[in-house]
Amino acid sequence: MKHMKTSIKLIVLSVIFLLLLTGCDVPVLQPQGPVAEQQYHLILWSIFLMLFVIVVVFVLFGVIVFKYRASRKNTDDYDPEKEGSRKLEFTWTIIPIIIVIMLAIPMTITTYDLEKNPSPEKKPYVVNVTSAQWKWLFSYPEDGIESVNVLHVPADRPVKFVMTSEGAMNSFWIPALGGQKYTMNNMTTKLYLEADKPGTYLGKAANFNGKYFAHMNFNVIAQDQKDFNNWVKKVKSTSPKLTMDQYNQLIKPSVVKVKTYSSYPKELDEKMKKNMDMMNMGNSKSKEKDQDKDKDMDMSKDMDMSGMKGDKSHE
Amino acid sequence: MSNIKDFLLNDFFVTGEPMIYMADVSIVLVTIAIFVVLTYFKKWKWLWKEWLTTVDHKKIGIMYILAALAMLFRGGIDALLMRVQLTAPNLKFLDAQHYNEIFTTHGTIMILFMAMPFLIGLINVAMPLQIGARDVAFPYLNAISFWLFFVGAMLFNLSFVIGGSPDAGWTSYTPLAEKALDPGVGENYYLLGLQLAGIGTLASGVNFVVTILKMRAPGMTLMRMPMFTWSTLITSVIIVFAFPVLTVALAMLTIDRLFGGHFFTATAGGMPMMWTNLFWIWGHPEVYIVILPAFGIFSDIISTFAGKKLFGYHVMVYSMVAISVLSFLVWTHHFFTMGSGAAVNSVFGISTMAISVPTGVKIFNWLLTMHRSKIRFTVANLWSLAFIPNFVIGGVTGVMLAVAAADYQYHNSYFLIAHFHNVLIAGTVFACFAGLTYWWPKMFGHVLNERLGKWTFWIFVIGYNVCFLPQYWLGFMGMTRRTYTYPSGLGWMPLNVISTVGGFLMGIGFMIMVYNVYYSARYGKRDTTGDPWNGRTLEWATTSPAAEYNFANVPEVRDQDAFWEMKKSNRVKEWLNQPIKDIHMPNNSGRPIIMAFFFFVAGFGLTFEWIWVGAIGLFGVLITMVLRSFENDTGHHIHKEEVERTEREAGRIS
Repeated sequence: MKHMKTSIKLIVLSVIFLLLLTGCDVPVLQPQGPVAEQQYHLILWSIFLMLFVIVVVFVLFGVIVFKYRASRKNTDDYDPEKEGSRKLEFTWTIIPIIIVIMLAIPMTITTYDLEKNPSPEKKPYVVNVTSAQWKWLFSYPEDGIESVNVLHVPADRPVKFVMTSEGAMNSFWIPALGGQKYTMNNMTTKLYLEADKPGTYLGKAANFNGKYFAHMNFNVIAQDQKDFNNWVKKVKSTSPKLTMDQYNQLIKPSVVKVKTYSSYPKELDEKMKKNMDMMNMGNSKSKEKDQDKDKDMDMSKDMDMSGMKGDKSHE
Repeated sequence: MSNIKDFLLNDFFVTGEPMIYMADVSIVLVTIAIFVVLTYFKKWKWLWKEWLTTVDHKKIGIMYILAALAMLFRGGIDALLMRVQLTAPNLKFLDAQHYNEIFTTHGTIMILFMAMPFLIGLINVAMPLQIGARDVAFPYLNAISFWLFFVGAMLFNLSFVIGGSPDAGWTSYTPLAEKALDPGVGENYYLLGLQLAGIGTLASGVNFVVTILKMRAPGMTLMRMPMFTWSTLITSVIIVFAFPVLTVALAMLTIDRLFGGHFFTATAGGMPMMWTNLFWIWGHPEVYIVILPAFGIFSDIISTFAGKKLFGYHVMVYSMVAISVLSFLVWTHHFFTMGSGAAVNSVFGISTMAISVPTGVKIFNWLLTMHRSKIRFTVANLWSLAFIPNFVIGGVTGVMLAVAAADYQYHNSYFLIAHFHNVLIAGTVFACFAGLTYWWPKMFGHVLNERLGKWTFWIFVIGYNVCFLPQYWLGFMGMTRRTYTYPSGLGWMPLNVISTVGGFLMGIGFMIMVYNVYYSARYGKRDTTGDPWNGRTLEWATTSPAAEYNFANVPEVRDQDAFWEMKKSNRVKEWLNQPIKDIHMPNNSGRPIIMAFFFFVAGFGLTFEWIWVGAIGLFGVLITMVLRSFENDTGHHIHKEEVERTEREAGRIS
């Protein structure tokens, strides 16, 4: 049994390795940060357990279908009235239950972990994400700048995405850095991701939002803190300001090129905060004992909710 | 005048697409051809008397299946168009709008107008025969169900040439599907087409539950029912609980779009995510509505062609009951990424994985059914055997998707697409083809050609794997669903090319099947025995095709596999020679199709927001209902002489 498990694991890894050798990017299986890495381990573990199931069923299937074909020479073992077997049926009820438990425990742990800052010793950098028809808007409240259809983040530092949407909902996904979350109108969601090292990664819109949905790919550029700061400086000194009028123009349905802005209107932060407060209120209504509520409100002013106890209740 | 012309050209008829002009022309030509043929051969009266007004469950079943095959063709063409468009990056074969319409209609048609009616058709054909009944409990309602499904499907398909197709996905998520973001009539077609078909399905569910509970042959206890009948009963219970949710959700969104409501808008206090929840509270049970009858079909076929009792009959029933309960407790796994929090996601992840336990039990019971048996590799059985390994692949990737934290990386990617095609095709479509081949002689009196059937089988199954297995990997590469094109340089092309080739192989397999239908009708082996497969259940105890009254005498059931037991204990002859009495049967009625026509008028009017047309249609519906309630229709008797003559002609009595 143990022997079999190791060999299955070897098969999985070698198949994945071979496919990766073809030279293509397979971001989900080549994680570039701690979040994607946790998910990758979970994926591998589930593939491994499931391959075990597949091997058992396929072998049993092959043997039975071949051995008991009607055209075989000796049909003395034909037993048409066999009813069933308590013992066997119990066995194949209990084994799947064990497999499910083996999968459910790491799943639950990881699902809880992913709600938190992946590197708690580091202060996360905050980016506000807004999806619109058919573009992504990124505000960087700590630096006061804005970018469209390109996302710059510091590498080796967790990034907290506070996300919403103008109009139709979407889903924010950077396969190499980790799994996605929806962006929804009048609501905020929150997602932690982190890039281990500098690099350019593919960013995706994962939930259909109308005609030119397919054009919502964006580049995610992770840079070390120094390069990132230089980029911020450059944007501040060379890019135009984003006014509220321009913003309202921008969120109308259209496909636009990559843009950067040296500043963005205060109203956007207020809008995001209002969404967040509304969600807080919704939650505190249902959980009146939430003593951290006031603290939550204070902290959400500076857009940093890391380490907040109420984190879970935001979603 | 110019206003009307303007409206017709801009808003009414879909213009500017060569493919749609082609469709226009072919629709007109086919319609003319049908009229000419029917008139030339003087078949109008025959069509009306024998088919359009029928309440016979077998004929209704055949009409369901014909309509489903037509829809499979339409949905399949949609699929191939999409596959061509995705073969290479930046292709301009379809534009964005057209692609979005096509994936919407593909999904909606395949689930609601292909898979469900196909299975309901097979249920109609086989289930009453399996329990030894003369018809379903409410034959008139059964006709209404069919015609409502039919006009719903026609209304939905009309959007292709008149008014424009829906384009917000088969899930039709709000706020995208709301009027503000999606003006035009396309989404209205979706809402009203589904509404009509959904009411029909709900009525079918009620009809089947009552039929199975009240109309079984004497001696057939619940635990002696064939597995397909069990699966029908459980499916129908799911329908009765799940479909009202769809009806209400569609009505709410219709109110939003037509009358300015705000149930699901993002403004004015609406709650878009409520649609997502309601949709999947119906949508996930719906998945089991199309898979449980498939399980029933496979159970019957595998046991028949193994020549052996189904292994673990009781556990097979309990596992289906468990699946049906769990199917209502997993809906949020369709949106783990909504940010419901770790607790919700973990609970629903575990409940989803739990479904794999009863399903796994069934897989092993099917395998053990074949242990120490004599397996005959007929086409019907080949589909059933192929189901096991292929469905297991879809099943285990389903468990992978259920792992909430990992699902964040699969959600809405091609990994998901590959998964659900793996379960829906290996499960539902294989079952439809298996059941079609298996019950074909019971419907038409001749068997389908086995050689052509095997060609279809191998080409389709290979094509299906070539098409969908690469898509798992595309998902890992980051390819998302519903994307009409993708940039070059991501390395997605080779796998997409392979996938497209597979899609066309499936298309070729389907064409061979269609040819087989024609070929077998002309040259196929006639089934004179009524029992071409050495069957185990009661539908094989009567003639092929079964007479209007199904059984001259209702058989007495003494065991599971009722007919098998009759054959074994040599009771068949004695049963056939019992004295025959007059048989009471329901009357045909033209009212169901007329009522459905008024429903269609109402649906079409409301689609275009012509409220007065909608009102006229609904008034017509009301009138037909009132007329029905004043009718005193007690059916008719088939006299015993006539029954005796029919039975003698079939060589069943001397």
